[in-house]
Amino acid sequence: MTGLRYVYAVCRPFGTPLQAQLTGVGGDPPRLVPHRDLVAVVSHVPEADFAEESLRAHLEDLDWLTAVARAHQGVIDALTTVTTPLPLRLGTVFRDDSGVRSMIEAREENFLRGLDRLEGRVEWGVKVYLESEPEQAPERPAPQPAAMSGRDYLRRRREQTRSREDQWQRAETFATRLHANLAGFAEDSRLHAPQNPTLSGHRGRNVLNAAYLVPRGESEAFVEQVERTKDDSPGLRVELTGPWAAYSFAGEEAAGEEPAGGRTAGEGTT
Amino acid sequence: MTTPSRLPDPYGQGSSANLADILERVLDKGVVIAGDIKINLLDIELLTIKLRLVVASVDKAKEMGIDWWESDPALSSRARRDELARENAELRERLARLEELEPRRAEEETP
Repeated sequence: MTGLRYVYAVCRPFGTPLQAQLTGVGGDPPRLVPHRDLVAVVSHVPEADFAEESLRAHLEDLDWLTAVARAHQGVIDALTTVTTPLPLRLGTVFRDDSGVRSMIEAREENFLRGLDRLEGRVEWGVKVYLESEPEQAPERPAPQPAAMSGRDYLRRRREQTRSREDQWQRAETFATRLHANLAGFAEDSRLHAPQNPTLSGHRGRNVLNAAYLVPRGESEAFVEQVERTKDDSPGLRVELTGPWAAYSFAGEEAAGEEPAGGRTAGEGTT
Repeated sequence: MTTPSRLPDPYGQGSSANLADILERVLDKGVVIAGDIKINLLDIELLTIKLRLVVASVDKAKEMGIDWWESDPALSSRARRDELARENAELRERLARLEELEPRRAEEETP
């Protein structure tokens, strides 16, 4: 009757209180549901919005999804400043606090293992973009393709194709080297699918989309390392985002056994 | 160009954070747990979202710099025009190749 429980993350108990004005999904402040050695961070959300059917419908609504995604990320971000959260995927919802507790209990070991692994680490995102095709074809005296002879036209096309291929080659070499370099520096790394430039609203073609797990203390050095590459390569743009909670590194272990059919009571895994 | 600050400031985050970066993480990464409310996020791949977006509000999408469908012939008349332009270019290329052969043949013919 006080709504459903939207779970953002699982953490170890932390001393520092969250910012008082922090709000989560739907404007409800994040609350803590402690259980044994773990704490779930939850918000109360209205059943009208988060029951199965309405949630499914809402998720197709980009405005709604954007608001929830930003709220979710906002809470995770706030948690990252005071502890190391294990972020859950958007839309993890339980009926009540006791449902949340039995979920924690069922996955306690995985959570603890994951938290140990990520303790004190953050994620940095690095993307490389190939800036839009160069306008200047080597020789192109007049912008009047119709007046060009077939042979000139053909030659121009060949040159353009070649320069585009060169660019790709260069972008790939650059991205490969950058990734090797950063992966060597980081504790762990993940390559993500390149982002569709349309959703990101970024110009240029995304040729590298990677995440790096870096201890907080080494973040400054990591950032410098990325910054240093930025001027290296004309036509290529390096973009750094972070520090994020270790989203890209949180999934594997805890996702191991998915209790199909909502079997959330802990019965051991054997 | 490197101005090392003691603690790295957040890069590309906050309210201006790239929506794609956020969605990529909160929808696609992170720990997956089946809650009491069963939702299969795979049903709402980002592509679906984008497609819906096109149907829902083209102007808004453009405002956000989203215009990928414009190059998709199935969705855009301009893309179909581009497709014609491409075909046209292909034909020109073939013509050019023929033209290249032509002088030689002409030489052979005239003694």
